[in-house]
Amino acid sequence: MIRALGWVLRRDLLLAFRRRGDVVNALVFFIIVVSLFPLGVGPEASQLRNMAPGVLWVAALLACMLSLARLFAPDHQDGTLEQMLLAGEPLVVLVMGKVIAHWLVSGLPLVLMAPLLGLQFDLPGDALAVLCVSLLIGTPLLSLIGAVAAALTLGVRGSGVLVALLVLPLYVPVLIFGAGSVGATAAGTGAEAHLLLLGGFLALALVLAPWASAAALRIAME
Amino acid sequence: MLEARELECTRGERRLFSGLSFRLGAGQLLRVAGANGSGKTSLLRIMCGLLLPSAGELRWRGRPIRAEREEYCRNLVFIGHLNALKDDLTALENLQVAAALGGMTADAGRMLAALDRFGVAHCAELPTKILSQGQRRRVALARLALSAAAPLWILDEPFSALDVGAVVELEHLLAAHLASGGMVVLTTHQEVQVVAHTVLRIDLDVHTAALLAA
Repeated sequence: MIRALGWVLRRDLLLAFRRRGDVVNALVFFIIVVSLFPLGVGPEASQLRNMAPGVLWVAALLACMLSLARLFAPDHQDGTLEQMLLAGEPLVVLVMGKVIAHWLVSGLPLVLMAPLLGLQFDLPGDALAVLCVSLLIGTPLLSLIGAVAAALTLGVRGSGVLVALLVLPLYVPVLIFGAGSVGATAAGTGAEAHLLLLGGFLALALVLAPWASAAALRIAME
Repeated sequence: MLEARELECTRGERRLFSGLSFRLGAGQLLRVAGANGSGKTSLLRIMCGLLLPSAGELRWRGRPIRAEREEYCRNLVFIGHLNALKDDLTALENLQVAAALGGMTADAGRMLAALDRFGVAHCAELPTKILSQGQRRRVALARLALSAAAPLWILDEPFSALDVGAVVELEHLLAAHLASGGMVVLTTHQEVQVVAHTVLRIDLDVHTAALLAA
């Protein structure tokens, strides 16, 4: 079982490496959006500090959503998804492998980039640290929720818009608590409560999302 | 043994076939014939468990296939219309992934031998996107050469895009699998010469005609 998960992970990472352009796209999008805000809003430091968590989180969320279209659709088109359904391994495990690969490729780079971009907003050190931790907990959550939506809209025309509609209501709590954690640190109330809630969401999604995605994939293949 | 009881398939408003029953035992070949759109692919997908029949059921060794899906899948190799190859991976990498997901344990040497059997060993290190349609089909079929342990092979148009040499090679492979007690289900429009103990034939056109007459 772990072996199959390893193979799916390895395959998806190799594919991402061969198609580096797609991966870089989402990251460049993230960097551009975040960098344009200080230029557009002006150099007022306190204003920038206030809006930083929201801007960084919204940009990360959109960047993550952009890459959802690549999660299952290519495998569906070339028939490899069919083979995964017939693999003789629990589909949940294979889906988990794909979600982990998706996070490593499109979530983790955002987390690593965030502190550097946070400096543009004059965020203090502790807020930067909380921002990183909140993204570290939050981006896997975005990948997990996104996987369910991507699986549900597989093979549907205009699925891009549909994914956004399905996924945004579920992303909103993640956004609120993610950005809220950084805001709370700045306000001096401590980020623990927000981060614990995010962690709780992540635990819930880890259990439910792969299972829901697998069920949705089976329906999509009928 | 694979046993179908009163299978029915409805796609949208159209009923493709109904009341379809058969038994497939060790060493038997089942050839599904029929015009385009008669439901051959749907029948094969039902047999794989990818599609739910609107009525009837399939049993593998006496148990419904949906009850023990993973166990059934381990006994099954399916090669569909799509080659299930990743364009950006090499032929060898594609075969490695397919073998790993299919639960086969094979080293690189055996994989190269499998590719060589279908005459594409020289493409092993090339990304499959630059291969021709026929070569891609050969790479997809090379999986079969590693799949002797899985008794049931379900092949959708395996001979499409193949040249004469590859057709003969595939016929040999199928004959050897049947001789060792395997089962093969295939659809094809070509006349093929596979030596088999028993060849069953389902003609979906005739089946539909009988349905309409009844």
